[in-house]
Amino acid sequence: MKKLKYALFTGCTAKQSTPEQMMSTLAIAEKLNIELVELTEASCCGASHLQDYDDFLSLVLNARNIAYAEKHELTMVTICNTCQLNTAMTKHRLDNNADLKAKVNEKLAEVGLEYKGTSNIIHFLYAIIDDIGLDKIAEMVTTPLTQFNIAPFYGCHNIRPSELQNESHKTKESAYRPTSLDDLIIACGGQTVEYVEKNKCCGFHVELQAPKTAAILTGNAIAGAMDGNADWMVTPCPLCHLKLDTQTHHASQAIGREVKLPVLHMQQMIGLALGCSSEELGLKHHVTKVDFI
Amino acid sequence: MSTSNITTQKVNFKVFRFNADEDYLPYYEDYNMDVTSEEVVLDILNRIKWDHDGSFSYRRSCRHGICGACAIKVNGRSTLACKENMSTMIELFGSELTIEPLSIKRAVKDMIIDKGDFWEKHDAIHPYLISDVDEHPEHEHIVTPEEADRLLEADLCIQCGACHYACPALEVNDRFLGPAAFAKAYRFEADVRDQARNERLQELHSEEQGIWDCVKCFECAEVCPKDVNPIDKITKLHLMLFKEGVATSNVATRHAVGFKHSIAKHGMLDEGGLVLYSEGPGIVKHIPVALQMFRKGKIVMPWNMPKSDNLDEIQKLIKSSSTAKF
Ligand code: SF4
Ligand code: SF4
Ligand code: FES
Repeated sequence: MKKLKYALFTGCTAKQSTPEQMMSTLAIAEKLNIELVELTEASCCGASHLQDYDDFLSLVLNARNIAYAEKHELTMVTICNTCQLNTAMTKHRLDNNADLKAKVNEKLAEVGLEYKGTSNIIHFLYAIIDDIGLDKIAEMVTTPLTQFNIAPFYGCHNIRPSELQNESHKTKESAYRPTSLDDLIIACGGQTVEYVEKNKCCGFHVELQAPKTAAILTGNAIAGAMDGNADWMVTPCPLCHLKLDTQTHHASQAIGREVKLPVLHMQQMIGLALGCSSEELGLKHHVTKVDFI
Repeated sequence: MSTSNITTQKVNFKVFRFNADEDYLPYYEDYNMDVTSEEVVLDILNRIKWDHDGSFSYRRSCRHGICGACAIKVNGRSTLACKENMSTMIELFGSELTIEPLSIKRAVKDMIIDKGDFWEKHDAIHPYLISDVDEHPEHEHIVTPEEADRLLEADLCIQCGACHYACPALEVNDRFLGPAAFAKAYRFEADVRDQARNERLQELHSEEQGIWDCVKCFECAEVCPKDVNPIDKITKLHLMLFKEGVATSNVATRHAVGFKHSIAKHGMLDEGGLVLYSEGPGIVKHIPVALQMFRKGKIVMPWNMPKSDNLDEIQKLIKSSSTAKF
């Protein structure tokens, strides 16, 4: 298989509160023969909050991040749904507005950079499906996850707004009936769980300012997966992961029902199926214990 | 007209039925029908009434996607019945379709809901132009095309409620005004003739109505049949709050501003630092979760905080590009 090469935008979470996400990303990249060039110069994308305060600054910083991927002449892969949205939205706005692009480039010129619009920005989930393919993944599986019912949790910013997401990847995804993660579960040998909350919001972005709203949404999501008889959940978003993994106590209180399920990053699920060890995948870093291995 | 491209397909409709005057609980009725590719969802509602059960009730008026009356849910997705093609629905969900009102808990009769909460919230934002108009003007009030452009798509809203009843924040938080009301508020905030901009903004910022409670899920942008993109308007209102000096210091505003401080210091976001900056003394309530995370190696200590390479570049750009003050 031809070696794939991408510029990796890690985002901040993989470097702090989800170290297991970074570990499992690197572990599966090796198995899948993918070379990742980490964009160590990149800044935070603003996580959809900086743009509420200073939209232009958010554009400049995101354009700077993309400019570094362009310098490497590589496609940028993201491993966080919100990083994907903010970066892809910046690209969309700059590529469709010459004036704005010129204004942003005027700033970037001050530090010797230029945003050209030459690099694609794609979430790792879709890069794997588009560039390697589900059939190939299925062929590479050494430890099929046959005994597990796995509940996919998509996360808003990978599926909405749909026209933006479908600009970056070839895999056709519907905001109302997304299939990529379900297909990946099946490729890894598992059974996928159907439940209404799978494409709903986890509440992460208002955890501080509207904790009750956030906790109910988290609780409903885990409860939906539990009612679907899931053994565990899987998500491509580290922010959804944090919410579902660490907030079970608040979520249970908010919906008046004990809810708890192990929640794996999509990279960890792939890693398990490809025979990576639980140490390589950082499974000990979960707050809700991963007790099925 | 050639009919050669029209295809027909069998579809099983599971239709929500409820009459608040007679029924204790709602129930679902099955209707199997042959659906042609050129029909819209409203045609199906009509055929249920005309061919199967005359008591079936729903709202519709214009049949042109402009009155907003006919919005319902198909397989959980808010849909404007007269605009949505059956072929799209079948492509999206297959041949088992569940037809429900926009809000089950507000159902009055079948598809008809009590939209009172929608209108109350709509009224709460003063959805009209507030301006001292000279009774004997000497010339017209000219709005330039550029000024009119600022309204963006916000004035295209037909008040169908599709976004309102799709919004997960509203579903669990009654106080939240919801995407349609905020989009409407933006429509007047962006109007150069309006003179109540500051007052309206202050109302939107008040905790009771919770403009900061939007979870940023983009459901409203996805469902809106008129491409109003309410979340985009909510973001613009947030920006206006800061720009017009209306924003006061609270968890939500500090949360947005905290990103700039953190990026200026580290390039990356300092996750723990942001929670502290946003919450202030309120951080104590996060201690139990933080301790659990710490035990699992999920908290980075300040002295180990990762920094972006070429941080000086980031700092220079923040200095020269940032215009917002708080
Ligand atoms: S983006 Fe905000 S306003 Fe729109 S549906 Fe989601 S929570 Fe509601
Ligand atoms: S914003 Fe769109 S979806 Fe919401 S009420 Fe207006 S037209 Fe309907
Ligand atoms: S009948 Fe008027 S919008 Fe559908």
